[in-house]
Amino acid sequence: MSEEEKQEGARPEGARAEGAQPEGVRAEGAQPEGVRAEGARPKAEEKKQTEGSPAEAEAPVRRKETDEEKAARRKAAFEAREAAKAAAAMAAAQAAKEAANAAASAPAAAHSAAPGAASADGQAPPGAPGAASPGAAAGAAPGSSRPGVAADAAPPPPPPSPNRPRLDRAVQLLRELVAEDAVEEAEINEPNDHLPTIVVKNERWSEAARLFRSHPELNTNYLRNVSGVDHETHMEVVYHLLSLDSGHGYALKVRTDRDTPQVASATPVWQTANWNEREIYDLLGIDFPGHPDLRRIMMPDDWVGHPLRKDYAPLDSEV
Amino acid sequence: MIRTEELLLNVGPQHPSTHGVFRIIVKLDGEIITEATPVMGYLHRGTEKLAENLNFTQIIPYTDRMDYVSAMTNNYVLVHAVEKMMGLEVPERAEFLRLIVMELQRVASHMVWWGTYLLDIGALSPFLYAFSDRERILQLFNELCGARLTYNYMRVGGVKWDAPEGWIDRVKQFVRDMKTKLLEYDDLASGNEILLSRIKGVGTYDAQTAIDYGLSGANLRSTGVKWDLRKNEPYSLYSRFEFDVPVGKNGDCYDRYLVRMEEMRQSLRILEQALEQFPEGGETMGKVPRVIRPPVGEIYVRIESPRGEIGCYIVSKGKAEPFRLKFRRPSFVNLQILPKLLVGESMTNLVTILGGIDIVLGEVDC
Amino acid sequence: MEFDLARISPEDVQELERNVFVGSIETLKGWVRSNSLWPLTFGLACCAIEMMAAGAPHYDLDRFGVMFRTSPRQADVMIVSGTVTKKMAPLLRRLYDQMPEPKWVIAMGSCATAGGPYVKSYSVVKGVDQVVPVDVYIPGCPPNPAALIYGINKLQEKIRYEAKTGKRVTG
Repeated sequence: MSEEEKQEGARPEGARAEGAQPEGVRAEGAQPEGVRAEGARPKAEEKKQTEGSPAEAEAPVRRKETDEEKAARRKAAFEAREAAKAAAAMAAAQAAKEAANAAASAPAAAHSAAPGAASADGQAPPGAPGAASPGAAAGAAPGSSRPGVAADAAPPPPPPSPNRPRLDRAVQLLRELVAEDAVEEAEINEPNDHLPTIVVKNERWSEAARLFRSHPELNTNYLRNVSGVDHETHMEVVYHLLSLDSGHGYALKVRTDRDTPQVASATPVWQTANWNEREIYDLLGIDFPGHPDLRRIMMPDDWVGHPLRKDYAPLDSEV
Repeated sequence: MIRTEELLLNVGPQHPSTHGVFRIIVKLDGEIITEATPVMGYLHRGTEKLAENLNFTQIIPYTDRMDYVSAMTNNYVLVHAVEKMMGLEVPERAEFLRLIVMELQRVASHMVWWGTYLLDIGALSPFLYAFSDRERILQLFNELCGARLTYNYMRVGGVKWDAPEGWIDRVKQFVRDMKTKLLEYDDLASGNEILLSRIKGVGTYDAQTAIDYGLSGANLRSTGVKWDLRKNEPYSLYSRFEFDVPVGKNGDCYDRYLVRMEEMRQSLRILEQALEQFPEGGETMGKVPRVIRPPVGEIYVRIESPRGEIGCYIVSKGKAEPFRLKFRRPSFVNLQILPKLLVGESMTNLVTILGGIDIVLGEVDC
Repeated sequence: MEFDLARISPEDVQELERNVFVGSIETLKGWVRSNSLWPLTFGLACCAIEMMAAGAPHYDLDRFGVMFRTSPRQADVMIVSGTVTKKMAPLLRRLYDQMPEPKWVIAMGSCATAGGPYVKSYSVVKGVDQVVPVDVYIPGCPPNPAALIYGINKLQEKIRYEAKTGKRVTG
């Protein structure tokens, strides 16, 4: 027990260090985090060798095994993977036993294959365990948890999204009819029912809005939602549009900087934006030139500051 | 010639039209309104800011208190957004329970609307009938999840409590009784001469205006636009059940009244079918990781609440707390048309029009 | 006519005890005021719906003599139900000042008591007792209508106690 407690603080490293020992099975069980902290492994190896004698390493082997599995399981849950991951890790243990020798080269291959694996997983049906996301940060972990699978077989190219042609057409229309540089980014948001998401350049926004409203192919006459987001480096206003006749939706984002944030108002195009933009001005401080009546809506008129900003004091001083 | 001066009247935050703390500054010329400026924010509690420090299970009680008359739909929009982002599957029994409570909530919310709307117009009895029948629904909810108003019932991946023994039969009994009660409500109010003359032709707008202002729910359907998220963008198990979407013609308060009454009937119809198909056994909670951490990205989901389209926009940076959580509240968006509708109307119609939009101030202010 | 208090028959004593009450005017005023409390409809948020449900037929408030009045000039007690925000607080104080004496305040729900679940928010007043003096606090989120009725009963007891003893109840 005391050995376990001693190992408590160094458990992750201890687990990985154990994995470097001749017990190959446990090495694969610790593979997920082992790949991550690859640099820590040589250090942990040294630590383990200086700490316990080989005799100690023999007797508490079973206890360290449960510790490892606990650490592996907790780590797995920690990265929002489902319980099935434990079974997958054990199955990967068999497959990765062959790749145990190529452990040094596997991480490099897994990292490069991770984006591909992530998008491949992203294309899987939404029931796929926790890997259905276009995000890269969380995508790296599922990608690296099956190093054998990823490193051995080249991931098939992800099938194109069914809304890709719509996205391309919208981008094309924006480029032709508004300006060549109007579109900054365009992508498909897969978990969100494959919603075409376009980042429009700030200066071209009012023309782009008019285009989306009036063009017969796009015809997005219904503005669903206007949200302001304060990313720490810049601010963003997201418009979700919908065409009631065809049921097609788009998400348009407009970026602006934090010091003098301003986005052309969409109120002349859709009246829905009126109070939404007032709320964004009130809570985030983004200015909307062209808005008929921009003043505070939620906070009292003499309030100082914009509460939803990230640098606004989070807790009230009176608490 | 009598010269009247313009009067600036403050229909203050505390007024008996029980929609909450909402203020309208009206400029009156005699009894005709020339301009109306709504002022809100008297109930702004900063839910979105608080949510940035809480994990998703902790935000669910806050969603209850946003639209407090229909709290189940608010719960659902948040858990649905997180589940969609993470790709989680919800077991069938849990989904059925969710649908049943959401439709019961729709009936309860429309009852509150009906009772208070007619109370504002001047009829005192329907309020008593509506709240007395609504007590039965609240008793059912109390048995199910322990609370009458702010349930905190749904969780990411399922629901918290399973239906107790006999609950399904009690709901079936309630649905049967409610059908006859709705006929009673019609007898009481819907054909009433005074009611008809007060709400027919009042607060009219056409479909184009409704779409431009982003209205949703009964406000949009009363103009003839057939747009119901349960049918057009189905979520949960709605695609399995048969129900009609009531659509009005003229876009006045009377059409909204009829649309909402019919929605209650259709909800009861869905409930009947759902209770028939209710699965015997099953889990109430799916496979969910211990720490709910959606991947990096963003999502916008929307469902049909009794007031309209409620949406939840989450930006996640991979942590257990959302980076930005925004709710698209139907009452907030629907209320924008109020200043436009009130211009030129008589002062007596102010309350009629405001009640016909069906707002809940907790939702307007968030 | 002779009236000798020493020689009253037992039946008469019983009749007298049943029908004649002796007390001070203050006690009488306390009894009258407690049994006819007229609240101001001050529903702010979710607790307002429970207040309405308490006034509805199932948990009838009318049997306690409680009739909701809409104007502060005609009300005795202000039931603050719901979250008080900083924008609303000055108006709440003004309404309280407009009520004639004697007046009482019931803080219903945890938002009115101490800020409730929104205690950390930037725009919420942490309890209505920062603005007006409160007599009865009713916890709950929202409190059951039965809890509201219990709170109103407590206020009635408090009114009668204060009237009888002349002491103000504090704490």
